[in-house]
Amino acid sequence: MTTIDQENKKPPRSELAVAASLDSEIMATKEDVQDPRIPKIASSIRVIPDFPKPGIMFQDITTLLLDTEAFKDTIDIFVERYKGKGISVVAGVEARGFIFGPPIALAIGAKFVPMRKPKKLPGKVISEEYSLEYGTDKIEMHVGAVEPGERAIIIDDLIATGGTLAAAIRLLERVGVTIAECACVIELPVLKGREKLGETPLFILVTSDAA
Amino acid sequence: MFAAENGLKGDPRLEAISAAIRVVPNFPKKSFMFSRTGIMFQDITTLLLDHKAFKHTIDIFVDRYKDMQISVVAGVEARGFMFGPSIALAIGAKFVPLRKPGKLPGKVISESYELEYGHDRLEMHVDAVEPLERVIIIDDLVATGGTLSAAISLMESQGAEVVECACVIGLPEVKGQHKLKGKPLYVLVEPSGLDEFC
Repeated sequence: MTTIDQENKKPPRSELAVAASLDSEIMATKEDVQDPRIPKIASSIRVIPDFPKPGIMFQDITTLLLDTEAFKDTIDIFVERYKGKGISVVAGVEARGFIFGPPIALAIGAKFVPMRKPKKLPGKVISEEYSLEYGTDKIEMHVGAVEPGERAIIIDDLIATGGTLAAAIRLLERVGVTIAECACVIELPVLKGREKLGETPLFILVTSDAA
Repeated sequence: MFAAENGLKGDPRLEAISAAIRVVPNFPKKSFMFSRTGIMFQDITTLLLDHKAFKHTIDIFVDRYKDMQISVVAGVEARGFMFGPSIALAIGAKFVPLRKPGKLPGKVISESYELEYGHDRLEMHVDAVEPLERVIIIDDLVATGGTLSAAISLMESQGAEVVECACVIGLPEVKGQHKLKGKPLYVLVEPSGLDEFC
């Protein structure tokens, strides 16, 4: 599944493993030592068949948010990973990225920057287009929210095709920000979203074959 | 009720929070319904960029609710999502997102509310709250209270008790109002920047 370029960067992973990041300033997690908090996080996520359309198995994180221990553990794992690593920006993708991003930002002393659908942000924005199955969509960020040279992580609940995250990466890089890592609760590896992220590492808590 | 009138008078954190909120004129559109100068949009994204002020915001709500046996923090899409989860985590409560139609994947209940022109609906998963749970509802701003009223209805339809509605900003319409649909309303600051134009 990994390409030659990525071979050195992406070690093989078991289904419920914590992925290792390759940014040298972020400690890699031993593959064979699973974080004991992960199984409970994984089991708190509800799968809803045929949403938003037939054939799609939707990963519903709202049940994770109802499980106070699982939600706390989720945030703690991200905070432990990113605290003290010079991350000054946590960017969260609308709308479920808004649920996970701010608690992480607060705990690590970073800004929270919402990345939104068009026309939601009131001030001057920059935007980046990305492809959908049919057509395109745009993601926007306020001008001046971030400064060149800042280090960011990008948060969303899930990575599927990787289109949205790739657009978020491009948007931040255009204004001179370095993305240390993308972080999601769930990955659907069969959709190969990781490949769209280029050089940017991806950190996941849970993978699902349901797609 | 405003925080300054309710135990936090002179608290420097409130001033820091207010100063961190940016005013954007004429968003989403020019309108002369609310004031002679048009809509002055209260932009909380600048508050989120100010780590200290953002932390103060959350701390004030957490201090208020942590000993009130709150088991649910409900946040209104999308800006309520930016404040609610941090409060929920700190007080050991569940976080329940209240969303625009068609977003939640499971079985939902919904409540309509009025906009300036027309209506919209707010939805919640049916299994999110249980009867007798104690709930606070969070949004970034309260104007007419229409959205919050719909949220209160959703909670009450499930037999849950809304203890309070909490917002960072309260528009002039709510000044002097302590209750919304019979429920207490707690607001941190008034809108920024209106004085310069009136």
